[in-house]
Amino acid sequence: MGRSAGEELQGTGVSPGVGHGPALRLARSVPEPPAGGFEGDAGAETDRALEAMEATAQDLSARGERAGGQAQEVLSAQALMARDPALADDVRRRVGEGAAAARAVADAFAVYRDMLASAGEYMAARVADLDDVRDRIVARLMGVPVPGVPESDTPFVLVAADLAPADTATLDPAKVLAFVTREGGPTSHSAILARSLGLPAVVAGEAADRITDGTELLVDGTGGLVVADPTDEQVGRATARQAAREAAAANSGGPGATADGHRVPLLANIGGPKDLPAALENGAEGVGLYRTEFLFLDRGDAPGHEEQVEAYRTVLDAFPAGSKVVVRTLDAGADKPLAFLPPPGEEPNPALGVRGLRMMRRHPEMLSSQLSALAEAAGGAQAVLNVMAPMVTDAEDAAWFAERAREAGIEHAGVMVEVPAAALGARHLARSADFFSIGTNDLTQYACAADREAGGLGRFQDPWQPGVLELIATTARAAAAADRPCGVCGEAAADPLLACVLVGAGVTTLSMGASALPLVRAALGRATLEECKAAASAALDAPGADEAKRAAREALPGVAELGL
Amino acid sequence: MAERRVKVESEVGLHARPAALFVEAASKAPGEATVAKGDGAPVSAKSILAVMGLDVRHGDEITIRVDGEDADTVLDRLAEIAGAA
Repeated sequence: MGRSAGEELQGTGVSPGVGHGPALRLARSVPEPPAGGFEGDAGAETDRALEAMEATAQDLSARGERAGGQAQEVLSAQALMARDPALADDVRRRVGEGAAAARAVADAFAVYRDMLASAGEYMAARVADLDDVRDRIVARLMGVPVPGVPESDTPFVLVAADLAPADTATLDPAKVLAFVTREGGPTSHSAILARSLGLPAVVAGEAADRITDGTELLVDGTGGLVVADPTDEQVGRATARQAAREAAAANSGGPGATADGHRVPLLANIGGPKDLPAALENGAEGVGLYRTEFLFLDRGDAPGHEEQVEAYRTVLDAFPAGSKVVVRTLDAGADKPLAFLPPPGEEPNPALGVRGLRMMRRHPEMLSSQLSALAEAAGGAQAVLNVMAPMVTDAEDAAWFAERAREAGIEHAGVMVEVPAAALGARHLARSADFFSIGTNDLTQYACAADREAGGLGRFQDPWQPGVLELIATTARAAAAADRPCGVCGEAAADPLLACVLVGAGVTTLSMGASALPLVRAALGRATLEECKAAASAALDAPGADEAKRAAREALPGVAELGL
Repeated sequence: MAERRVKVESEVGLHARPAALFVEAASKAPGEATVAKGDGAPVSAKSILAVMGLDVRHGDEITIRVDGEDADTVLDRLAEIAGAA
């Protein structure tokens, strides 16, 4: 790309919207510093090395302070590495023996790298942190760009192989117009981040590698299109498409329903009371997924009863009488470890280990205290409290949770369907679960055996995969047969086209990040229930994700008109 | 010089956050501060890379030595970090 003007590249859109501006690549590799010496005084060369180390340490600490949370811990540890006194001694010695500053730093790091790399599995991740520190110092000494999100005074389209949490921790959303990545899928880190920031994002495959810095890019994250050096006409068309979507979204007030009036409550996914304003602003009719981890993370002990009641009641009170608020009980373990709930032992694969309800079954007192706080918060609230357990696997799990919920005085207790075995066994789970909520991110991860965070697996991180659609349809059928509500609360619900397919498959509520609500509401309003059913049946008949999308578009002409 | 033997109680051993806290606290010692795994060779407790390189796991015993003024205060703090679950 970057050679012929207006060249179009069809990728996969993973976050909607249109962005247009110059490309800047995420710098990754720093050149190998040349072997050999330096000119001038060894003392001055040593100072140069030590100053670069200290400046890097300060930069890392500052980034950590801006990022906060877990990213800050990683960045602070990296700052300690950059100003490590043993490392500094080694650099001093090497410069004294005649090595140039950059070479001395690279060689000194190599000693520790070998030591850590041989120290076992856990250390492998720390080796990546160490390499990043070395690259930052060496880049500074060689006068080349420091790896990471580029610094720029003007907004740009960020182009990268993939974006890791460490890359994006300090990203300034005001400076980024869109993401174009080689790797990733709808549930990968960069896609979720892009959607949460409202930035368009396209996964472009290997073509992303050929985009050079400064190339003008037009990115349509809804249609999955990237255009290099676009013509005015191309920009005009994409902008008009986006304007039509925005107009449709802006005009889409009121409760969620199909064109012929089949009601589908549209709910918000929230991570705490802080997300309420955005949910209400975007017309959420309630909450379909209240993640309660924020109460428990980054602290040494569990939150007290009163603190919990307050956090739950604030959310219940934000919605009118009869609205649904679905709270997920603490989902600890795997990617969300808690200081006071350590895993029972070393887990070679935490995503398949003790997490979610499995962790609560080991600490039933923790679950009971959360459930009793929830029951108290529900008393006197107008909104209807629903409570669900994460990572339920079989009927015995569902029954155990329902029993705990009943004991605590919870009226509506349901289960999340994230494990393929739970989807396939939904008819058995329905005996004790009052409702289902399908968590499509984890369901996709487990059904396609593709880690959500892993790069290079984008094709499998896609809820349009036939196997995933089949599991959703199976769950919805079992729910309907048992007369149970069945919601979807994963990223799949935020895809307007897929949202219509889900409704056609029998899903009764859709819950998503608040920013996705207006366009999903608009899409739903442009399709009849019959069209949604036809789209679901066509998508379920398709052999692959792309074919399923095409078939759904054909069955949903009103939605396709918006370029979705 | 002050010396103490401590059993590491942190689930992640002397890695990640406990390692960073440990090194930050050791750096406050005006004199030398070292740490060794069991009876192994001591390394500088002020060096995160050396401390991580020891690969101290949950349940391992470490020997901490601190020189200079206030050695006992620094040692108390280091033992507390290493011994915290």
